Amino acid sequence: MDAINTDAPRDDDALEKAFQTKVDAETRIEPKDWMPEKYRHTLIRQMSQHAHSEVVGMLPEGNWLTRAPSLKRKAVLMAKIQDEGGHGLYLYSATETLGISRDEMFDQLHTGKAKYSSIFNYPTLSWADIGAIGWLVDGAAITNQIALCRCSYGPYARAMIKICKEESFHQRQGYEIMLTMAQGTPEQKAMAQDALDRWWWPSLMMFGPNDSNSPQSAQSMKWKIKRQSNDELRQKFVDATVPQAEYLGLRIPDDNLKWNEERGHYDFGEIDWVEFKNVVSGNGLCNRERLKDRVDAHEGGKWVRDAALAYAEKQKQRSAAAAA
Amino acid sequence: MTEKEMLVDYLLRLGDNSLILGQRLAEWCGHAPILEEDLAITNIGLDLLGQSRLLLTYAGEVEGKGRDEDKLAFHRDTMAWRNFLLLEQPNGDFAKTMARQMYFDAFQYLQYEALSKSSDPQLAGIATKSIKEITYHRRHSSNWVIRLGDGTLESHDKMQTALNELWGFVHEMFDMDDVDNAMLAKGIGVDVAALRPAWDQYIEEVLAEATLSRPYVTWSVRGSREGKHSEHLGYILAEMQFLQRAYPDAKW
Ligand SMILES: [Fe+2]
Ligand SMILES: [Fe+2]
Repeated sequence: MDAINTDAPRDDDALEKAFQTKVDAETRIEPKDWMPEKYRHTLIRQMSQHAHSEVVGMLPEGNWLTRAPSLKRKAVLMAKIQDEGGHGLYLYSATETLGISRDEMFDQLHTGKAKYSSIFNYPTLSWADIGAIGWLVDGAAITNQIALCRCSYGPYARAMIKICKEESFHQRQGYEIMLTMAQGTPEQKAMAQDALDRWWWPSLMMFGPNDSNSPQSAQSMKWKIKRQSNDELRQKFVDATVPQAEYLGLRIPDDNLKWNEERGHYDFGEIDWVEFKNVVSGNGLCNRERLKDRVDAHEGGKWVRDAALAYAEKQKQRSAAAAA
Repeated sequence: MTEKEMLVDYLLRLGDNSLILGQRLAEWCGHAPILEEDLAITNIGLDLLGQSRLLLTYAGEVEGKGRDEDKLAFHRDTMAWRNFLLLEQPNGDFAKTMARQMYFDAFQYLQYEALSKSSDPQLAGIATKSIKEITYHRRHSSNWVIRLGDGTLESHDKMQTALNELWGFVHEMFDMDDVDNAMLAKGIGVDVAALRPAWDQYIEEVLAEATLSRPYVTWSVRGSREGKHSEHLGYILAEMQFLQRAYPDAKW
């Protein structure tokens, strides 16, 4: 081997270096730009998981759509769920720019290869859960997504900017349900407290493992897919949410929760990571139902999609025949 | 029935149609064959829900007994509901949902077109606002009937079966009773019997394009306007009214 060959970087190395320089300079990466395969795969995994979460997330809320307690609440919930479906569509399209089809992504979801946010494996047991989901789950999602608005991958960042506006609307609507119930009858207040008790910890889990336990995070931060660490985002969410719970007059189910003057943040207890792993790995109450609902909708709808394709094909032939 | 009571009943008929169909469409949420269709069905459901809220609110105002949209939606039992039998029928498969939808959309389009000229300005306003939505609903359901009818053999069969299964419910949409006649005489309401030929023609055109045939079914059922419903309505109401019934003192 001669000196020139060993010293000259291989093509990929040069490209990767140029890529990192671009990322460091805060230039957005666009679909046609060169990117490391691992960057592409990390994004496909993260973005498709995000898209799946929007769509699976329609199910626990849809569970109360036919039972909403007033026509106004029904309309607001229906519009919210529709927004979530729209987020799903938007994110699937953004992920497709990385060279994977929606069908492939569905396949990964349905075979369990791709995940969705584990929070949707918890059941919605009372109307207050709809409030708690809007307030806490959408609230946690916004905290994550605001950081993602500055993601290095252009289509993902743009999707997040568009989605964030709607999510903050959802969060306020959810909080408003909680407020109405917290100020309502003793039974309603009990429902609101119970919902907070059940959704608080799973919401904190939405930010993922602790930084010390999140080996992939460092690479994502370097690529500027992630801009803030799991623990930073979790802290941000806790700090924003505790005063909101106080205003509701509800108690956050954490004995270790207290303001730390020195840090300027709330201290809070340790997440039950055994429970987290347990639900992620399939032992939540609704894992099987959620997945089955999606698989059934997809497989049960195949004849409809086939018909639409067959009809479109016939139309194409007919217009070709007419033109000839 | 006094004239005021007749107007209230007339408005409930309109509002209940929209509400019960909207409620049925809500059941599809998260389960449609395509994500785009999930959004479209929700969209239509939202329109119908919006119509029902305007109509029930107005019915409550005319009645003047302090019943608002929620009192009317959540505190009436089966016999007091005035929606068509067609609309309370279960969703079934996607073909059945689209057959039900097209039958109703085609009817509601003609009905609201006439209602937009109602001598009652508030009702005319609601109809005018709604007709834009209904135009889209009718195109959406008709397009699906055409796609499924002229799609694959399987979809063709399913679509024809769905049309046949629901045909016996369409006839009561065109019945005129005392309330209808009184409202027609006042220029408030519509002569729905007179809408049948236009409805038939529209349906026939869609079915022809869809390579489907007009159902040949000899049975027909009627009576929703006297509160004679199928067994399905009770379950729709049990689900829809649960919270309001279980916690009557609560505000939501
Ligand atoms: Fe969303
Ligand atoms: Fe949301």
